[in-house]
Amino acid sequence: MNDTLEWRDIAFLREVERLSGTPVSACVQCHKCSAGCPIGREMDLLSSQIMRLIHLGGEEEVLKCRSIWLCASCEACTSRCPMGIDVATVMDTLRILAARRKLRVPGKRGETFYRSFLSSVRRHGRIFELGMLTAYKFRCFDFLTDLDKARKLLAKRKLSVLAPRSANVAQVTEIFQRADEEERNR
Amino acid sequence: MKYAFFPGCSLESTAWDFKKSTLSVCAALRLELHEIADWICCGSTPAHASNASLAVALPVFSLLRARDMGMPVMAACASCYSRLRTANYKITHDPAECSRAERITGMPYDGSVQVQHILDVLANDLGTEEIRRNVSHPLGGLKVACYYGCLLSRPPEIVAFDDPEYPTCMEEVLRVVGAEAIDWPYKTECCGASLSITDPDVVRRLGYRLLSMAHRAGAECIAVACPLCQSNLDLRQADIGKSFGEVPEIPILYITQLLGLALGLSVDELALEAPAVDAMPLLAKHGILNPAEGGKRS
Ligand code: SF4
Ligand code: SF4
Repeated sequence: MNDTLEWRDIAFLREVERLSGTPVSACVQCHKCSAGCPIGREMDLLSSQIMRLIHLGGEEEVLKCRSIWLCASCEACTSRCPMGIDVATVMDTLRILAARRKLRVPGKRGETFYRSFLSSVRRHGRIFELGMLTAYKFRCFDFLTDLDKARKLLAKRKLSVLAPRSANVAQVTEIFQRADEEERNR
Repeated sequence: MKYAFFPGCSLESTAWDFKKSTLSVCAALRLELHEIADWICCGSTPAHASNASLAVALPVFSLLRARDMGMPVMAACASCYSRLRTANYKITHDPAECSRAERITGMPYDGSVQVQHILDVLANDLGTEEIRRNVSHPLGGLKVACYYGCLLSRPPEIVAFDDPEYPTCMEEVLRVVGAEAIDWPYKTECCGASLSITDPDVVRRLGYRLLSMAHRAGAECIAVACPLCQSNLDLRQADIGKSFGEVPEIPILYITQLLGLALGLSVDELALEAPAVDAMPLLAKHGILNPAEGGKRS
């Protein structure tokens, strides 16, 4: 983290507040969110530092950090923030912005997982785990991690080899298309 | 009592034992479940972390189907429960979200379909007294750590059926069925959720903290009510031991599996063979199951 970062401008703060719908400006730097974050140890920037960088206009620092992809969406920060800031949703907004700007982010695997998951929902209306995991592993060129878990799951009938009965696939496809449009207009 | 049941994707695959035990327990307690026809995936973390409009629209699609059934919705997966509640919260608190969801799904929705988690239904709708009346095989003082994870109690504006930092409803249910619910400090800590796919190392570290704390607090098994909590602690237990040093094996069972045993349901009805860490020896030790009869209820 650049310790000497000076205030740049307010555009990034305004953008994050508009997209997340939560008052990042209200942060008083109490660090309660960071103190309770289960992933804090692995993060390059803690959530309270991210809030401060947003105030300062540190767009690049924030959108390229690893933390936003490590956040497990556990909602501890949101529940505890004394200023009522929905910190977990800010993390979502930052992931969305990083992906939108096509930044070469350190959390590529996270984004790849989201895409593999959602394309399975788009195709079947529900998650086809085996198909989704295979697609994810192809996109990451990672075939060996947790292969033994997949075997265990198959043995326990916890991974189906058949795609789930698709519900209203035509309508689901429309939902995805319209949701993409709505996101572009936000 | 009747509920529109939203199983969600996990209960159709990695958590089929949660579905089976939920259906068995609800039938035994005369809770009528009607699965929502053509429900679709709630979108889970991949939706809210990549497309905020989709994260509301996907749950709304299923909630609209439940509305026509005229019953409150019951979910068992903590993540589905959280996403359905969050969609309702956004629709009722932000008119822009409401009209956006209407444009996407093509139908107006006011966020009024009630969504409950099975723990809420058991502890509050049915109540511990009613559960007590149905117990035929008390759990013989089995020491259980109740593990809620993140989303059953957080954030309080959205879920709110128990205390957000120190929930107790699972303990209350297990106590009336004869288990000893031990106290421990990590009941709402995070298991790492879907990081198990992208960053399994982080999930192993969190899992180790949880398992070793449960063990030191005296737990013989851990009760969960979320498919991700279950698989992160159960399936990865062997790996966790390899990375951080052995913790004695701790079976990770769904609350419905433990409750079902006390109601006299069978190993098969509760899918007790499904978890990776075998629970049978522990259940036999407490006289809950009889190994001589092939695991039948004693
Ligand atoms: S808890 Fe809230 S106010 Fe405190 S540092 Fe975190 S975001 Fe800022
Ligand atoms: S939601 Fe993310 S940032 Fe907030 S406490 Fe949980 S892991 Fe940390």
